[in-house]
Amino acid sequence: MHLADHWLNIAYLIAASLFVFGIKGLTKPRTAVRGNQLAALGMLIACVVTLFHREIISYEFIIAGIVLGTVIGAIMAVKVQMTSMPQMIALLNGFGGGASFAVATAGYLGGLEGPVALISTGAAVLIGAVTMTGSIVAFAKLQELISGGSIGFAGMKFVNALLLLGSLIAIGYLVVEPGNEMVFWALVVAASLLGLMLVLPIGGADMPVVIALLNSYSGVAASAAGFVTGNSALIITGSLVGASGLILTQIMCKAMNRSLTNVLFGVMAEGGVSMSDDEVYQGKVKSSSADEVAMILETAQRVVIVPGFGMAMAQAQHAVRELADTLEKRGAVVEYAIHPVAGRMPGHMNVLLAEAEVSYEKLKDMDTINPTFEQTDVAIVIGANDVTNPMAREDKGSPIYGMPILNVDKARTVVVVKRSLSSGFAGLPNPLFAKDNTLMLFGDGKQAIIDISTALKEA
Amino acid sequence: MDFIAMLTLFVLAIFLGVELITKVPPTLHTPLMSGSNAISGITLVGALIAAGHGESVLVQVFGFVAVVLATINVVGGFMVTNRMLAMFKRK
Repeated sequence: MHLADHWLNIAYLIAASLFVFGIKGLTKPRTAVRGNQLAALGMLIACVVTLFHREIISYEFIIAGIVLGTVIGAIMAVKVQMTSMPQMIALLNGFGGGASFAVATAGYLGGLEGPVALISTGAAVLIGAVTMTGSIVAFAKLQELISGGSIGFAGMKFVNALLLLGSLIAIGYLVVEPGNEMVFWALVVAASLLGLMLVLPIGGADMPVVIALLNSYSGVAASAAGFVTGNSALIITGSLVGASGLILTQIMCKAMNRSLTNVLFGVMAEGGVSMSDDEVYQGKVKSSSADEVAMILETAQRVVIVPGFGMAMAQAQHAVRELADTLEKRGAVVEYAIHPVAGRMPGHMNVLLAEAEVSYEKLKDMDTINPTFEQTDVAIVIGANDVTNPMAREDKGSPIYGMPILNVDKARTVVVVKRSLSSGFAGLPNPLFAKDNTLMLFGDGKQAIIDISTALKEA
Repeated sequence: MDFIAMLTLFVLAIFLGVELITKVPPTLHTPLMSGSNAISGITLVGALIAAGHGESVLVQVFGFVAVVLATINVVGGFMVTNRMLAMFKRK
């Protein structure tokens, strides 16, 4: 049985509406689960009606593909650790790009006519392949399969420009002579290489931007695939996702005070004369003990915890939440200050703390928490560094000048839990560590927090 | 569908997307990314048509690859989003 095209299109419209309701649900934690389920329902409707499309005459490949994909997808979703979420998203972005690329290729091989279809195919292949290989590099970097630093060579930008130009020429050529398969495969190769070369030079600190951007690309690729097949569901949905990724990319760039071009070309800001570690730290750093910190916390009424990815690396989330519980039982107010790039992707830190059963109402974003530091008795910085560096606010010559930071130094007492005085991604000393009101608690993050909790309970 | 109609859809959907996404709080940005990832698995619709085409084996092979990748996106994306959101829901 086959359904007429207009029935399919109506079903796609329903699916697209459910996706919109789904995203709308994500605007509040309370309605988010339901939103996600609505979106999944939309997807189910879209897929089921498609099975009755007039062009589908055999089902073997479809069934095999769905079974295989479902098994792999379900295993990934159940097994993944919350700390590894950026890798998972990178991989999913890559699969999305790969799927759009494969759909466009199948469309081309099935015989396409007309400039619109051919240009869309070219665009879907180009963006899809770039997303696919770029995401694989991003995954490898995050999973530490390859060096997280910038990998590149002199003249890389020139080669990339050539690859892009060559791809565009190949697309133009395909419009003139659609039957030339060599040109098509050359486009595939050039686009795949371009994806690799675009992400390789991007350093670890910029990964949140890259993941968001690849997210956007995977949406645009789906849209382009929609132009190939004239499918409204793909066009609408792809552009929704494209817009989403783009907005997140902007937010990440702003939070790091980096322009998108600087991120993409692996350019770090040139600082003026930056101070050496010794100049900043010499004789000014006060090392403290868990007992001393517990004594200060005893009388604290307002405590703000400032987590960074180092906290997750030390698996200290649960210990931190227990410390917060202990403080709350003693009558203190505890909140968490979340910098937009505190984790390794947008919103990552919130997920890590939610996993440790911290209520989302206590997670405050930068603009909300910053004015409250002056009334804060103790700020506990754990595993965060650059996002607390006052040089971003005060030192015009600093490479990070202008980056929005958490104003932890305004708190009455600052406790920094850290292994050593080593610098963060920016490679800069942090004058916060040498301030009069700062106490350094050196050691493993999880153990240090547990020690404070224990000392506090005994007090 | 003619090109102008498709372009109209594309542009209007981007405006809608921008309006919607800017209202999502930073707390939910990671689930937003995994969820939108799952939604972008809508490519599965195009993949199903290619995989069931039945005229050329090569087309079906690419269709099959597309079905596998898009299904991973859809199933993995929605499931992992659900897993994360469940953590936000409980008090």
